[in-house]
Amino acid sequence: MSIDKVKCECGHVNPEGTVLCEACGKPIEGNQHIDGNDKQKLLNMRYDGSARRSQTYNKSIIDKIWSFFSSVKVGVWLIVLALVASAIGTIFPQEQYIPPDAVSRDPAVYYEGTYGIFGKIYYQLGFHHLYSSWWYMLLIALIGISLVICSLDRFVPLYKALKRQKAKRHETFLNRQRLYSKTENVTQEEKEKVIARLKKQRYKVRDENGHILAEKGRFSRWGPYVNHIGLIIILLAAILRMTPLLFSDDYVWVREGQRIVIPSTDGEYYIENKDFILETWDPEEAGGKFKDALEKQGAVAKNYQTNAVIYKKKGDSIPGEEPDLEKVTEGEIRLNQPLKFDKYTLYQSGYQQNEFTSMAFNILRSDAKDEEYKNLTFKLHTTDEENDKTLGTFTIDLNDQKEVYKLDNGFRVQVEEYYPDYYLEGGKPESHSDKPRNPAFVFFVSPPDSDKSETSFVGLDGSISAAGEDSQYQLDIEDYKLKGELGTFKIDLNEPKSEYELNNGTRVVIDEYYPDYAEEDGQAISKSKYPRNPAFELSVYPPDSDKAEKSFVGIGKNDPMTKGNQYRLGLAGYELHDVSGIQVKKDYTLPFFILGAIIFMIGVVQGMYWHHRRIWIHPKDNGLLVAAHTNKNWFGIKKDIEKAIEGTNINMVVDQQELED
Amino acid sequence: MTERKIGPNKKKKKRNRLIFRSIILAILLVAVVYALVSNLSKDETKIDTGDQAPDFTLEQVNANNELESIKLSDLKGKGVMLNFWATYCKPCEAEMPYMEKLYPAYKDKGIEIVAVSLDATQLVIDRFIDKYDLTFPVLHDTKSQVMDQYGVGPIPSTFFINPDGEVVEIVEGALTLDKLEGYLQQIAPK
Repeated sequence: MSIDKVKCECGHVNPEGTVLCEACGKPIEGNQHIDGNDKQKLLNMRYDGSARRSQTYNKSIIDKIWSFFSSVKVGVWLIVLALVASAIGTIFPQEQYIPPDAVSRDPAVYYEGTYGIFGKIYYQLGFHHLYSSWWYMLLIALIGISLVICSLDRFVPLYKALKRQKAKRHETFLNRQRLYSKTENVTQEEKEKVIARLKKQRYKVRDENGHILAEKGRFSRWGPYVNHIGLIIILLAAILRMTPLLFSDDYVWVREGQRIVIPSTDGEYYIENKDFILETWDPEEAGGKFKDALEKQGAVAKNYQTNAVIYKKKGDSIPGEEPDLEKVTEGEIRLNQPLKFDKYTLYQSGYQQNEFTSMAFNILRSDAKDEEYKNLTFKLHTTDEENDKTLGTFTIDLNDQKEVYKLDNGFRVQVEEYYPDYYLEGGKPESHSDKPRNPAFVFFVSPPDSDKSETSFVGLDGSISAAGEDSQYQLDIEDYKLKGELGTFKIDLNEPKSEYELNNGTRVVIDEYYPDYAEEDGQAISKSKYPRNPAFELSVYPPDSDKAEKSFVGIGKNDPMTKGNQYRLGLAGYELHDVSGIQVKKDYTLPFFILGAIIFMIGVVQGMYWHHRRIWIHPKDNGLLVAAHTNKNWFGIKKDIEKAIEGTNINMVVDQQELED
Repeated sequence: MTERKIGPNKKKKKRNRLIFRSIILAILLVAVVYALVSNLSKDETKIDTGDQAPDFTLEQVNANNELESIKLSDLKGKGVMLNFWATYCKPCEAEMPYMEKLYPAYKDKGIEIVAVSLDATQLVIDRFIDKYDLTFPVLHDTKSQVMDQYGVGPIPSTFFINPDGEVVEIVEGALTLDKLEGYLQQIAPK
């Protein structure tokens, strides 16, 4: 390309590949094919006809790569490919959603086994972990590169072209604008008037020897590039997320009462779960407004909460050693209200209810038919929840009851009523029979040195005080013994012992323990280590015998394994606990995402709500030419011109594109 | 302006442009390579082959073993097969007899098999040891500390550590008798 073509007749030297002279706008001969101006009446004003260099230099390999990425067409194709790939990635579940009960959770087996040949291809192409498959990441990276290069390659020439533009434009430039008019006779006064009105409309007016350029809103042209900067920051933030230094995301299950190491903290922090709380909406709440909906829907959760204590390891201990822990913080982790410490944030994000903490069994003579109670042990304590104090215990032998039980500290409990086989009829307590199958009592509780007494009703299901909320003392059944009972024992499922010895010499040996019992091919197995459905194979050695009586006991399961057992086992009680699922997150990259998103949005607003408008006035003979260009909202710029030329002789601009159509 | 004047100027411009483009492309390339490499090298375990096996100490569960607790660093000079398992895990159960079968012979060759159980209670481990008559040391990771340290995901996971304390091989999933023997030979002291 010779220099002549680049140098315009106005004297301005344009960069190679320029379509419209940067200064005067005259179409540069020989370059009109670039923006497709050849056979058009109107000029393509894209990037103001500036030289996108990628379109011209293709000599070295670097230039070739550059011009490849500089193409918007390539960019659009990359985005389309990424979209199609993302869509395909939703056909079968991603690998983290392979159901836990799948025959094999190995993706290599699962996809082919479940979806046949398509599943196999899906897996082999890496669609099963789309977002971390190398080609998908490469695609996104290429989009990022395309974004950077496209922007650079357009912003720089456009900026220069707009900076170098002159008020005096070539006639061909003007009459090939979309909005154009020619007026034969215009007075200087009228021209002044128009300029003044344009200034009033906040146009920046430049006057070069009578040639006028009125321009406003140029900064709106930078909107797309600002927007791209935002996008690039977001992409960079996504890359930063990949270093464990700035970002980590982990999950831990903590049982109530348990204290374990928090993963992804290098073994530095420990969490203790004090309590997990799940509250549901009370139908009576909010004046019963949602009563019907709640009845229809069932319980609706109101609060998920874990009361947690965080500890930090002190000193250097090797993992496995009992660590020296120091309390760091304590708090309530609620949904959307995380607990923060150091650089970590803990979110409440899962729970499991009703894992077993302990199970108590009683050993009964096989011939003991109906369960009849032999004695009951009561505990008297204060109702103050904050400061619950045990005041004393006493045992009632149901065969030999006393009228008043005196406690060591002076409290007296008087038996007012006794229902051996209690039931409720019409709100009144009654007894089915005189057999103590479901004993219940009405007691008068009197503190020492006082004649005043509190009345309370105590049964196996709980206790009710007549004084209601004002009551100070509460009686609960702490323990009981059945008739024909050899004894009871309690298995702590956190630390089950292999053998339990009862007072009377009876021994119980745990032969097998299945914390999460299930049957597989007729065999007892445990599905996990968590005591969700505990079951035992127990051997009972009665005091006078060396022969083991074996039984299999679990929840809703009680089968003798040896014949002729003299004793049977019964579930006498159990304690439950909940498990909290806590998400452990460390994220230093979030501010970058926010920054990127803000810049992105600024760019969008900048480009959308402001318009770049230019009006040229070109004196010719006694009259003048008016031409105008805007990047959007042609109606608006026409209005501006109308206002400016009102009451003058100047012809209103004509939309030449409309004429063509 | 004459052509002669434009000549060197243009050359300089061209060179500047090439440098500018090369720098931008190089920066982008570095970012992309970093993103890909750091993502693809994200393995299931935190420990890679070639790393030094991190030290730990755990209580011994096995009743008929003379040691009360085992500290990994005390086993330096011996090849160590570090196996993570649990009683409820079927593939773990399947490979236990192989380990027991090979243990006496390889113990004499200077290899220690250390099985770290991730179970919740000791009772189930005791019963398991009785069932399979295990003689190699079985440790109990009560607070999931060692599991966290080694980044163990699904079990069984086995780390083969050479006499210098370096992880030579990581096997995720069950081992066959042949494979196990091959790995043990790999870590035997010379």
